[in-house]
Amino acid sequence: MTAGAGEERAAPIRVLIAKPGLDGHDRGAKVLARGLRDEGFEVIYTGLRQTPEMIADAAEQEDVDVVGLSILSGAHMTLLPRIVETIRSRKMDDVLIAAGGIIPDADIAPLKEAGIAEIFGPGTRIGDIARYFREHARTRT
Amino acid sequence: MAHGPALLTAAVGGDRRALARLLTGIENEDPHVRELLPQIFAASRGAHLVGITGPPGAGKSTLVTALTREYRKRGRRVGIVAVDPSSPYTGGAIMGDRIRMMEHAADRNIFMRSMASRGELGGIAAATWLVAASLDAAGYDPVLVETVGAGQAELEVARLAETTVVVEVPEMGDEIQAIKAGLLEVADVVTVNKADRPGAERSAGQLRAMLAGAGGRFAAPPPILLTIATTGEGVAPLVDAIEADRTRARSPDQARVRARNQLLRAVIERSRRRVEGHVEWDSTVNEIAEHRIDPITAADRLLDT
Repeated sequence: MTAGAGEERAAPIRVLIAKPGLDGHDRGAKVLARGLRDEGFEVIYTGLRQTPEMIADAAEQEDVDVVGLSILSGAHMTLLPRIVETIRSRKMDDVLIAAGGIIPDADIAPLKEAGIAEIFGPGTRIGDIARYFREHARTRT
Repeated sequence: MAHGPALLTAAVGGDRRALARLLTGIENEDPHVRELLPQIFAASRGAHLVGITGPPGAGKSTLVTALTREYRKRGRRVGIVAVDPSSPYTGGAIMGDRIRMMEHAADRNIFMRSMASRGELGGIAAATWLVAASLDAAGYDPVLVETVGAGQAELEVARLAETTVVVEVPEMGDEIQAIKAGLLEVADVVTVNKADRPGAERSAGQLRAMLAGAGGRFAAPPPILLTIATTGEGVAPLVDAIEADRTRARSPDQARVRARNQLLRAVIERSRRRVEGHVEWDSTVNEIAEHRIDPITAADRLLDT
């Protein structure tokens, strides 16, 4: 871990992985958290049943670059836009918000309209998610 | 978003997002934030800096949650820094300490920040201390710093705290003995957590016996308590013990010991940066690799020029 003379070490990208809503299945979220760690991300995992306020609070205190929402309950059309709204209302304008889980194709366009940057369905490779985050996360000034 | 002194003013004035940004700047060694260090230092409100450490699985996160509950009952605003190890291979980290903090999620009188250790040689100890100092300046008192007591970097963090709580569990057997020596060395208060398990009293007794005859650092052995973090049992007495230690920690002698540790860490870290940036760094590395110079003479040469 030695940086050469004058070489800049880029700070790791910080990602919050959160499970909104009432479903208790966080295997996917945990696999993603581990995969992102192996890709060099700093991952903060919040656990199950998070309200939009809890997610926004955590994102604010942790000053994350990306919020990744995993949702399997079917309540995504209600919850995800509310989470985006709550985060944006705290003036976190440059935080990338993405989602994954069971989300029907028909819902993808309205969710993107609501501010979810990208949606990763079942079977998405973690490498692709990592690449997306690297390309789209804010750059620190 | 404000930068420089305006960012600091906002952060200590109650703007949580500004505070979060400031902490990121400290972690990332942002040069603009570096310029603010004298002001951060000067803005201290004298918070009690408490380190919480212990082997993995001892229940540290749960205990921090329980401690937070007790401190909140006493009307205190609590700052929390949870340090988790970074992978030495990828530099990534998973930080799961918020999972157990869920009951406190909406409480605006708590500020919690997760930090990855970012490698043994990175200035984690210094950065953690500065993050804690910033939470202090923003009005949080105590500031609880939770680390895994598994590596040297994490021990260093504990060493910089005013009061260090070492969390043990009953009957962990021989494998834990090795850890104990290093960990107990930095303990000001010891708690045997998960005390509802068999053997808790006996473990506490063994620890007492071990520390009583140890002398030196343990001329006055640290108090040894029993807690059940999941139910909150024993947590109020633990907070009492931590509070009682504050007086000891604030003595001029103890302040000097801590200052010396802080200065040493800073000197080591800064000299390392300086020589790594030296124009003759690469050539000196080669000379050592080719056995043309010994490392110590080479180090003196780099430091002197």
